[in-house]
Amino acid sequence: MSSFIALTFIAVAVLFILGIKLLGSPRSARLGNLLAGFGMLVALIATIPLLGSADTSLLQHGWSLNYTLMAVGIVIGLVIGAIGAYSVKMTAMPQMVAAFNGLGGGAAALVGSLEFIRRADSPEGITTFFAITMLFATLIGSLSFSGSIIAFSKLQGYFEKPHTFPGQNILNGLILAVILGLCVYLTGWATTNPTAFVAMFVLALVFGVAMVMPIGGADMPVVISLLNSFTGLAVAADGFTIDNIPMIVAGTLVGSSGTLLTLLMCKAMNRPVTNVLFGAFGSGGGGKAAAEGVAGNVKPIQADEAALLLAYAQQVVIVPGYGMAVAQAQHQVRELSDELGRRGVEVRFAIHPVAGRMPGHMNVLLAEANVPYDQLYEMEAINPSMDRVDVCLVIGANDVVNPAAREEKSSPIYGMPIIEADHAKTVIVMKRSMAKGFAGIENHLFYKDNTRMLFGDAKASLNALIAAVKAT
Amino acid sequence: MSTEILVFFIFVLSIFLGFELISKVPSMLHTPLMSGTNAIHGIILLGGMLVLADAGNTLAVALGFVAVVFGSANVFGGFMVTDRMLQMFKKKKK
Repeated sequence: MSSFIALTFIAVAVLFILGIKLLGSPRSARLGNLLAGFGMLVALIATIPLLGSADTSLLQHGWSLNYTLMAVGIVIGLVIGAIGAYSVKMTAMPQMVAAFNGLGGGAAALVGSLEFIRRADSPEGITTFFAITMLFATLIGSLSFSGSIIAFSKLQGYFEKPHTFPGQNILNGLILAVILGLCVYLTGWATTNPTAFVAMFVLALVFGVAMVMPIGGADMPVVISLLNSFTGLAVAADGFTIDNIPMIVAGTLVGSSGTLLTLLMCKAMNRPVTNVLFGAFGSGGGGKAAAEGVAGNVKPIQADEAALLLAYAQQVVIVPGYGMAVAQAQHQVRELSDELGRRGVEVRFAIHPVAGRMPGHMNVLLAEANVPYDQLYEMEAINPSMDRVDVCLVIGANDVVNPAAREEKSSPIYGMPIIEADHAKTVIVMKRSMAKGFAGIENHLFYKDNTRMLFGDAKASLNALIAAVKAT
Repeated sequence: MSTEILVFFIFVLSIFLGFELISKVPSMLHTPLMSGTNAIHGIILLGGMLVLADAGNTLAVALGFVAVVFGSANVFGGFMVTDRMLQMFKKKKK
């Protein structure tokens, strides 16, 4: 590698680091993404002189079929990526990230396998160090690929419920043990055995499926974040294998920041990461038993009356949840908030860290509807002032406002920080039915004296509310 | 110091850097951040290109081609979808 290319790669690493740094603040996030994207373009161009070995190098030996395929492949990927990125609805964003992540994982697994096969055939053979990095990339990449496909399907609603059967964790453990055994075999004994390698690849795919299947739809954000960091690590391992430093730096940055993000998400739900991955939430008996005896009555309210409460309030807090995303109601929410704002009502939005299907999911949706981000408050910022709020409007959120997290020791969500909606003078909960949230438990909030239930599709109810507020 | 050790050094420093970079991010930006880092690991496209350039037999060429398509979709789609998300983060216009 010439020192010019090496210097270019340092610039690429700096661009990635600055990009991630700037992504961390709303003001500079877009610039950060553009910087990282620019870094990627530079890395792509700087790689061209490195393509091919002595007798296949692009610069010395010119164009060949492989380069035609490469160009065609890049264009196909670009088209798929562009169509995906620009056609996806904002509400389906988490699935899209899962899908792109799966593709990256698949690519990492293929690169690892191809290097393994090539080196196994070469006269110098494979050193233990490279065998480990290649096997790691293949194993982690392929489980990230299949796991992301399952996460994607769950978020699309093909199957949301956890799939469990007795002894599942033991079976998964067995699969993992066989995979690791094969890896040890491939590193230590017969490094060129293709059957063992293919078996390892296939089992890693199976393990990705088996790992994500038992996890419920509500926990998919955590899973996607974890698989995202997995793919990063697989890419870093590939970087070691093919001696490409930008891949090592980029992959490792994603791997470590993704791991931290995963832990932050679990912390927001007050659950250890092991519980998310192996717990099959809600299948334990404790939560169900506690759910039966909730005191109080459910008190429905009509849109007209709810509109009066809102229109004559001084302070309103809106708590959006996944129900708003499903109903695609973010524009109506904005309209209602604007209408109330015109009447002098102070409207704020309270965003729970795990509301929706991904952390920050609600922010993205509200941003799409042009709700200014300085109107959005994080849970910790809004809870202390909840007592002074006249009306708290809960739109399709459930578990994140359930006071059972505070009151019910036996509840599976006990200890999870929540938005203290029940502290507001009046709570209006917009919901399609009395169905339970993703945690599968009864919501104590719905039975409180100061709670009114506005049943119906969020979009239809909001339209009725807007019309009624305008009429008062 | 051998090259392997130097590269490993970079790896270890990158781990700590990744933790530091994200530890102060408000949760409202978690989705764009996840999407942005997802795009960054699309750098696997380079790996796909490098192995495809060297691929000798039909199977290797086919798998390398798939790796390039996947990596390309990851990197381009990732940056575009993140940009689409972020262009909606605006301050109140008054």
